Amino acid sequence: MTVPAPGLVRPRTRRRLLAAGRPGWSAAVFVAAAVIASPVVAVALGALLQGGLQLPGGVGGMVATTLALTVLVALGTSVLGTGLAWLVSVHEFPGRRVLSWLLVLPLAVPAYILGFVFLSTFDYAGPVQSGLRSVLGEDLGALPVRSLGGATIVLVLTLYPYVYLLVRAALSDLAPTAYDAARTLGASPARAFRTVLLPLARPSLAAGLALVTMEVLTDFATVQYFNVRTVSVGVYLVWKGSFDVASAVSLASLVLLFAVAVLAAERALRGDARYHQRGGRGRGLERRRLIGGQAVAATGACATVAALAFGLPVLRLVTWAASAAAEENPFTDTRFADHLTSSVLVAAIAAATCVVVSVVLAHALRLGGGPWVRAAAQATTFGYAVPGAVVGIGVLALFSAADRLLQALGREDGTGILVTGSVLGILLAYVVRFTAPAYQAVDASFARIPPTVSASALTLGAGPGRLLGRVHLPLARSGVAVALTLVIVDAVKELPLVLLLRPFGFTTLSVWVYELASENFWERAALPALLIVLVAVVPVALTFRNPATRHAR
Amino acid sequence: MRRPLARTLPALATTLLAPLALSGCGLLGGEEADLQVYSARHYSLEEAFAEFTDETGLTVEFLYGDDAELLERLKAEGADTPADVFMTVDAGMLWNAGEQGVLEPIDSTVLDAAVPEDLRDSDAGWYGLAMRARTVVYDPEKVDPSELDAEDTYAALGDPQWKGRICMRDETASYTQSLVASLIDLHGRDRAQEIVESWVANDVQIMSNDVELLETIDAGGCEVGISNHYYLARLLDEDPDLGVALYWASQDGAGTHVNISGAGVVAGTPSSAEAQQLLEWLATDGQSAFVDGNHELPVNPEVEPEPLVASFGSFERMPVDASAYGSLNAEAVEVLDAAGYR
Amino acid sequence: MMAGVMSTSETATRVATEPALRLRGASKSYAEHDAVRSVDLDIAAGEVLTLIGPSGCGKSTLLRLAAGLERPDAGTVELGGREVAGSRWVPPEKRRVGLVFQDHALFPHLDVATNVAFGLDRLPRAQRGPRVAEVLDLVGLAHVRDRHPHELSGGEQQRVALARALAPCPSLVLLDEPFSSLDENLRAQVRADTLAAIRATGSAAMVVTHDQTEALSLGDRLAVMRDGVVEQVGHPTEVYETPANRFVATFMGDADFLPAHVQRALLTCEIGVVSTVPGWGGSDVHVEVMLRPHEVALRAEASSTAVVERVEYHGAFVLHEVRLASGRTVRSWQQHGVRLEVGTAVDVTVVPGSRPVLLSGDTALTAPPA
Repeated sequence: MTVPAPGLVRPRTRRRLLAAGRPGWSAAVFVAAAVIASPVVAVALGALLQGGLQLPGGVGGMVATTLALTVLVALGTSVLGTGLAWLVSVHEFPGRRVLSWLLVLPLAVPAYILGFVFLSTFDYAGPVQSGLRSVLGEDLGALPVRSLGGATIVLVLTLYPYVYLLVRAALSDLAPTAYDAARTLGASPARAFRTVLLPLARPSLAAGLALVTMEVLTDFATVQYFNVRTVSVGVYLVWKGSFDVASAVSLASLVLLFAVAVLAAERALRGDARYHQRGGRGRGLERRRLIGGQAVAATGACATVAALAFGLPVLRLVTWAASAAAEENPFTDTRFADHLTSSVLVAAIAAATCVVVSVVLAHALRLGGGPWVRAAAQATTFGYAVPGAVVGIGVLALFSAADRLLQALGREDGTGILVTGSVLGILLAYVVRFTAPAYQAVDASFARIPPTVSASALTLGAGPGRLLGRVHLPLARSGVAVALTLVIVDAVKELPLVLLLRPFGFTTLSVWVYELASENFWERAALPALLIVLVAVVPVALTFRNPATRHAR
Repeated sequence: MRRPLARTLPALATTLLAPLALSGCGLLGGEEADLQVYSARHYSLEEAFAEFTDETGLTVEFLYGDDAELLERLKAEGADTPADVFMTVDAGMLWNAGEQGVLEPIDSTVLDAAVPEDLRDSDAGWYGLAMRARTVVYDPEKVDPSELDAEDTYAALGDPQWKGRICMRDETASYTQSLVASLIDLHGRDRAQEIVESWVANDVQIMSNDVELLETIDAGGCEVGISNHYYLARLLDEDPDLGVALYWASQDGAGTHVNISGAGVVAGTPSSAEAQQLLEWLATDGQSAFVDGNHELPVNPEVEPEPLVASFGSFERMPVDASAYGSLNAEAVEVLDAAGYR
Repeated sequence: MMAGVMSTSETATRVATEPALRLRGASKSYAEHDAVRSVDLDIAAGEVLTLIGPSGCGKSTLLRLAAGLERPDAGTVELGGREVAGSRWVPPEKRRVGLVFQDHALFPHLDVATNVAFGLDRLPRAQRGPRVAEVLDLVGLAHVRDRHPHELSGGEQQRVALARALAPCPSLVLLDEPFSSLDENLRAQVRADTLAAIRATGSAAMVVTHDQTEALSLGDRLAVMRDGVVEQVGHPTEVYETPANRFVATFMGDADFLPAHVQRALLTCEIGVVSTVPGWGGSDVHVEVMLRPHEVALRAEASSTAVVERVEYHGAFVLHEVRLASGRTVRSWQQHGVRLEVGTAVDVTVVPGSRPVLLSGDTALTAPPA
């Protein structure tokens, strides 16, 4: 009596958006992809023309190190980020509310600053080992701080908030039914977490891990402190040691290959769930009150992480800044106001631009357009996986090509001011680099808008513009806020792009820190470094402080 | 539930856009100075340029960055570059800039007289302006200077007696690369390879900056290291009781390894006369202003180093072979790599 | 703006004569399978058509083609005589077709009144409030106008979704499994209310469902789809009683098939004479006969070779499954009071007056085969 379903029928979980597509919006996606890809393509082409793609010796070791570091940091951030998210989402313990947003703040500490603070605190001459020696005697020997392990610890401590934020948002959004069902079936809270919550939070974990691994792949400053030879370090080594830009770019494309693999893994991890989180519009889980030792342990764990990743670097910086201030009053220095303005300005414009691009991408994809449009949207995220300096060179190459073109077309001064370094170049480079995190956040929010809601608005006569303004934006605004925050934080911390592309007279806080730090003036670098943290903390606190403000509802 | 966010978003937007409204200008760069300098050097530059402006009335503006990146920027900008002067902190990079054709040949009797021959290449267009020595530093409580080999001090640190006692900079530092390049130049690649391997065999501790290296010696973490002389001068300036002493390396042999900061005039600049004037001033009247603040050594033999550096005593330096440092740098990286130096 | 007004009034005048929806050769395929294959379908003005089929048969795709959420690969779509897909393309927001989804798809950030007013942006501002009140009255929800969707029950959400779709007076409303997310006990009432509301506005409607009872009771006409093809369209009684083929026969209700023989207009099979087949006087053919459980009568008879194999109590009726001598089974509905023990030998006959459907192969026969 039952009719056998035809074998060709797909499961109903197939993603169904509005396949009719909108040429204008689809074109916008292609333009965005072209603009974002062009600097990278320009460098790659230049390298190809200069001498073909050639990998320098020792690549095998770099690849192995990169793999090891990436896997270790991914594991570390998964455990730390997910574990902390679980603690604060499912349990009640003293200080939970405060800790749950304090744990986001390490996002505001640049890895290169934490790396230096960590080394200066834990290396041989630092206070910890000195203290240990004075207690335990001189024979202690040196702790292997400068190692793969050290780099892993620092990167995990600065990058875990990506995972923590996204998983926490997913957990707070889940319907309690599945968790309760598991508990009534006799599962311990830990087992219910592992078997029920974790699989449901998997897409968010995957998205967080994608951001983490891209950061690890392109990090140069931090891993270099720790003597870890990743492919990105190789890029700089080959470029600056051998003046061999072609080989450096070849190495950079290797980094890009890693990123492609990471994004493919992310898609696999996310699976179908990406577009079907509708089941999870619950009111969140009932928190279990921890008592006694468990409560102390939970509070202690959260506080320790927050202290190590945020408290320690801030404390060290404040100490240094105070000792530098004792020598000369830093607040009479007009450069503070100047550099602060530059940093905030460029970060704000970059954030706004990246978010606009991301919203256009997400909205255009929701309007349909097929696999090519989806591929183009995906391509906009690869800039995150290209080392900053390579993007910078690409932007330069692109602008000078545009300049030559304009001159050939008869405009004598070409693009003029564009080529000679302007904030426009920095902005383009920022969009290339930071569209990925913005898009991840916005896309996650869009994924939670049921396609039927978009379809309903269209059939009620709302065109794409009204659909965006009245339906998509209001529903995705938490994702937009998160995207703005992530880009501001990233942009304020960003160094290589600004260093390479800034015009005369334009110095950001991060450049200033670099100027002082590269001459080893740590105490004087402390105050601008603190300002970077402060600037980044403001949007982080605004966006994530309130527990009701969830990422991508 | 939505309220907080609804309030947060406008607040966030206001925070972001306020500076935009306040500034408005400055987006496309400030007003232009008479001379614009791309510089991989930051230290003392503002003070020195201010003095130059006082004396000549020419204003100078500089943009600080990494020298390899600034060179790429110069090449990409081509004729449109706003830079008139390119200043680097490494002889090899100066040579490389000359090779890449971004510098203009200079004909200046003032510069030729002020800068020793091995520290300049007037055809290629660059001149050394400040000098630093990369020499041996040690813990005077544990090491007697007589234990150090006066003929080839760098190579002798590979002697088994130093096992577990030495510390050096990481391989990504141009200081390390240039030192190894000079060893290749001096001894040939095979011998240089042996030297680096003997350091590694001695369990050399790798540090990520010279200050950390000096502080580690002071704290007892290692006994002998290789550092730029001016970092020691700087630390001694802050703390005269620092437990680290300087040893001029290889005085009975090839001399102490030195490297230079230098500059050239960017090819095609409309201000080449003024640019040359700046270089001449920096090599003569401006030498002290340029080098003293950072405890560097003047290139001009007529100019005395500042007192703290002078207290290290005079020394014989290894002649600088910029083309070798530049062309051998890649080999130096390979040698370090092959030796497992990290 | 003027053009929009013109075409709206134009549509209004045509409504009486032109079909609300006309599909001609409409086809749509996805990467590896054809979702809709060359479908022809008309829905008359004011008519309610239900569309049924197993999941994946293409019925939702058909609805999305009508709404403009999918673009056909081939064929044309007309709304009220105006072509909207084919040689030209009219996007969904310009079609003014009402759409109600299974998940209701209310805008969670807007209150009920704003949800309903969403499609009224072309109406002069002063008329929007009264129109919202009017349609909310129609669905009996005037009292929830200021609430947000999450404060409503599933049934209320469904009715708000309907009100929102009906507010702009579309000449066609499409409902995609609108009742399947509702509780069983709510469903009948909501279904009746929905139908009444649609009738009250005079809109034509296409209701997609996978529930046979709903399909048979709801619409003026019924279309059965399988594998992207419309297998049969007709009045519900017609589809149920004279299915076009074996698929429609089994999909619309329980049916058993027995080999049969027609000779001189007399239909016989394993259980004996079934009926006469008028007009088949000259035939002598082997066919299959379809027996629905309500057409099969049972009587305990010790000498019979047919045996009750299974008994299922359904309340008002009891379903008996009987194994015949050949090993084939037939099912029979019996009155509430009749419950034969498993193992009882029974005499199986056809309820007098039944006109069972005959099939040759998978196709129903309406005339003697040539």
